[in-house]
Amino acid sequence: MELQRSMVDGSVSMKDSAKSEISSERTLYPYVTGTSIIGIKYKDGVILASDTAGSYGSTLRYKSVERIKQVGDHTLIGASGEISDFQEIMRYLDELILYDKMWDDGNSLGPKEVHNYLNRIMYNRRNKFNPLWNSLVLGGVKKGQKYLGTVNMIGTHYEDDHLATGFGNHLARPILRSEWREDLTFEEAVKLIEKCLLVLLYRDRSSINKFQIARITDEGTTIYPPYALKTFWGFSHFQNPSKGAAGTW
Amino acid sequence: MALRGDWMYENNGGTCVAIAGIDYCVVAADTRLSVGYNILTRDHSKICSLTDKCVLASSGFQGDIRALHKNLAARHLLYQHQHNKQMSCPAMGQLLSNTLYYKRFFPYYAFNVLGGLDNEGKGCVFTYDAVGSYERVGYSAQGSGSTLIMPVLDNQLKSPSPLLLPARDAVTPLSETEAVDLVKDVFASATERDIYTGDKLEIVVINASGIKREYLELRKD
Repeated sequence: MELQRSMVDGSVSMKDSAKSEISSERTLYPYVTGTSIIGIKYKDGVILASDTAGSYGSTLRYKSVERIKQVGDHTLIGASGEISDFQEIMRYLDELILYDKMWDDGNSLGPKEVHNYLNRIMYNRRNKFNPLWNSLVLGGVKKGQKYLGTVNMIGTHYEDDHLATGFGNHLARPILRSEWREDLTFEEAVKLIEKCLLVLLYRDRSSINKFQIARITDEGTTIYPPYALKTFWGFSHFQNPSKGAAGTW
Repeated sequence: MALRGDWMYENNGGTCVAIAGIDYCVVAADTRLSVGYNILTRDHSKICSLTDKCVLASSGFQGDIRALHKNLAARHLLYQHQHNKQMSCPAMGQLLSNTLYYKRFFPYYAFNVLGGLDNEGKGCVFTYDAVGSYERVGYSAQGSGSTLIMPVLDNQLKSPSPLLLPARDAVTPLSETEAVDLVKDVFASATERDIYTGDKLEIVVINASGIKREYLELRKD
């Protein structure tokens, strides 16, 4: 609602201009947003999945947004929420990894360390009333230890065997709670993720049929090229939807 | 949206309990992290071991709780470097109070119970509100299930009135195992009626031989 007001209504009221001194320097609401991210641990590592949509309110503005990126050798990060804030986060993290590499001492930051750094950044921005408007999922493997954690714009963070942001929390997590196992093979894990992505495609208005899956193991990281899932709209309930209630749509 | 002040806090729920005994202290908290009507994760610890004799359990906004725990742990590390010894539980109690009041006008949304052994080896429990007012008690509960648990503890632990003179000890004469059983009982009951309490219970017992951790499965609904 605020988005439409700010885009359509160009005039600035007295109240707005008084507040603009304080509010011009901080994030008030998100503009271009990404929807859910799903992350699960599987036998050899961690998989992150997302669609590639960047919505501008209710408009599907960008259809090829890469919302999952690599951070260093051991971590993948997926972001939902404001895309420009995600780009800012990538600047922070790339700088972190760069300085770590410059030590050239054989050590490298693992997913736990990157997650901790990110938690502090998100919490700090929240304390300054200028949040990075994102919910992020961090997954990685270091020396055989799998890690999957999440952090949101006010600094709430936790780890689990399977995680999701946004609508994924409501739609995907119950599926994962029921069907996730410790020893999923890569193929089984992808099938489980595709099940969740399909539900999100059917039920999340801001998702599109163009998904990206990324995998990280001790051997390395792979971000697969985007692909589409087969959808089925032939459910009997979808036929003749107005049968039971005349005038409905 | 960010112009209103309510977006920067959320209540992640959960309950914390601590009971002081003659020579031990029990600190317990559930491990459920929730927001609204959703469960975020079932296995998130709310307990932080600050020293060998002092354990802090907090419920409230998880971002603030983590920051608070890290703050105190860092201050404790500094203290150890400067004084070549660990902080006593009453000293940590005062530090926590001061830390909370420092953010009196942008509070840590954290409801704390600090439990441990005092300088004489007796169990001590300190209970706090979000801005640092605290007192030493024999037992306490904080968090979403505290209103369900506190009356039961009052009933079972028969604490003498603070108005009596000479001042009588508030620590319970119960043995360690009896106190742990009581904690398990009250959490099982709180889990029945408080939607934010459940999943798993983490129980930490501090006594002269150190810190022991125990887990109990709770209802997951």
